[in-house]
Amino acid sequence: MSTPATIRHAAPAPTAKELVRIEGVHKYFGEHHVLRGIDMTVKQGEVAVLIGPSGSGKSTLLRCINHLETISAGRVWVDDELIGYRERSGKLHELHAKEIATQRRNIGMVFQRFNLFGHKTALENVMEAPVQVKGEDKAAAKKRATELLEMVGLGSRMHHYPAQLSGGQQQRVAIARALAMDPELMLFDEPTSALDPELVGEVLNVMKDLARTGMTMIVVTHEIGFAREVGDTLTFMDGGVVVESGNPREVIANPQHERTQSFLSKVL
Amino acid sequence: MTVMTTHRAETTETAKQGGAPELIKAVPVRHPGRWVTAAVILILVALAIQSLATNPRFGWGTVALYIRDTTVIQGVGWTLALTVLSMVLAIVLAVVLSFMRESDNPILRWTSWFWVWFFRGTPVYTQLTFWGLVMVLYPAISLGIPFGPELFTYVLSDPSKGFVPAVLGLGLNESAYLAEIFRAGLKSVDRGQMEAAEALGMRGTKVMWRIILPQAMRVIVPPTGNETIGMLKTTSLVLAVPFTYDLTFATNALANRIYQPIPLLIVAAFWYLLVTSILMVGQHYIEKYYGKGIDTTTRIAVVNPAAAKAAAAGVGGAEIIPGGPTGAGDTIEESGR
Repeated sequence: MSTPATIRHAAPAPTAKELVRIEGVHKYFGEHHVLRGIDMTVKQGEVAVLIGPSGSGKSTLLRCINHLETISAGRVWVDDELIGYRERSGKLHELHAKEIATQRRNIGMVFQRFNLFGHKTALENVMEAPVQVKGEDKAAAKKRATELLEMVGLGSRMHHYPAQLSGGQQQRVAIARALAMDPELMLFDEPTSALDPELVGEVLNVMKDLARTGMTMIVVTHEIGFAREVGDTLTFMDGGVVVESGNPREVIANPQHERTQSFLSKVL
Repeated sequence: MTVMTTHRAETTETAKQGGAPELIKAVPVRHPGRWVTAAVILILVALAIQSLATNPRFGWGTVALYIRDTTVIQGVGWTLALTVLSMVLAIVLAVVLSFMRESDNPILRWTSWFWVWFFRGTPVYTQLTFWGLVMVLYPAISLGIPFGPELFTYVLSDPSKGFVPAVLGLGLNESAYLAEIFRAGLKSVDRGQMEAAEALGMRGTKVMWRIILPQAMRVIVPPTGNETIGMLKTTSLVLAVPFTYDLTFATNALANRIYQPIPLLIVAAFWYLLVTSILMVGQHYIEKYYGKGIDTTTRIAVVNPAAAKAAAAGVGGAEIIPGGPTGAGDTIEESGR
């Protein structure tokens, strides 16, 4: 393996269970057919990287995994639980908002535009969900939030409001906020696309650390370097379909599909 | 990175060699028009003061006599009570109505729409008259077991009870206007806030109450302050109920008794202005509170103590130190969305 061993996290055992299973997913926005039959699996502890041009449907696919978007056809399972629906005698029943919220507790999400709560400090942002959703004790939540913020290198910025933080710092708070719910799965929707180039590294470093802890991650990104270094699988999407997927280092070094070749030649 | 470092070194060097740069001392643009307008306005103000002071028919003596009259002071108290209670009622209803309007439940959305349509579409004077007449329709409200004994009775036909219909009339009418202000406020909050909260497993009213509404308040407070001041003066319509203790009715009654309307108008205007001014001070503090995290954010340009020291020592280039991963010299200018 050409990659330095220090960067790679422990690759999931071949027997690791499937945490995410996506089968035949289609998504229409009105007439617009955004996802055209996606099949994908992500094993526990795996880092799956999704790449592709704008409008290829990769962000939409990510948002379908925690039901921020409803799917038009197909099935999504996370930890053997069907997302958004209940299947009873061959018929799908929509889940109640309460049940969907419960499913989302296990799935952390990091957004391109950070979406920190602007009226709350970094610490309050991280504490919000454990206290309000899980009903955790405030003191315990504060202790945990402090640890998380220190982990992402923001121990000295805990009492700052989002508007007082740089983009990279805001995104690191957002990662800590998602981790505070102890999710089994983390979704990253272009986490570095809204950042100044010099701030990208600090966010990617936090994500690399996270991957090393064995967190299951699905990352939509344009950072090919990150995919090569940290990714266990790389999926290239275009026009709402998966064009090519496999070991990131192999796909990047030797893309099989013409569309993948032309995309990679532009971003590398 | 190398470029930045070189640049920084150069700047520091320049600062060392040349000391402080020569600051621009330009001749400012002259504004003769300002002097002319100021003179005209001063003359007009002087004329007005002269007229107010020398015209005996303003009756300043009468003003001084009645400005602290017991009925007037009580009138101020009743007017304030009407304003505060009807605004509290209106705000509570407006929060509920605006949440209903954003709800997934179509029945709630339509109900909210209908409420706004009805109460905004009929004159407040008409509504106040109606609430006054409710006591004719229902002389008393009583709660009890159907066909059994009454547990609680509230007599409405008692004329001193005009206060409750007045608050209801003013509050329900105002709730329709405030509901629209609150709806605009909720809509002004970025959609990503709702998504982030939902992705964390929060839902429904909790998202609205804890995440969306507090950030919407920045937009909601100024027009609500405007409405409160408007309400202070709308209370003068409560004679439609009829309720006869408010400031306008009290001063009118006094004026009719002594046949001197002008001094008592001045008395009323004085008290309305005073209360408005106090409300404006209150609004300022409420705005400040809800602006936290955005408006009241102090610009911490230099957080790094070493950079701060350098800046204090007058060494140039403190601001251009590139923000490293630990945020040395990170400025917040870039982060405002």
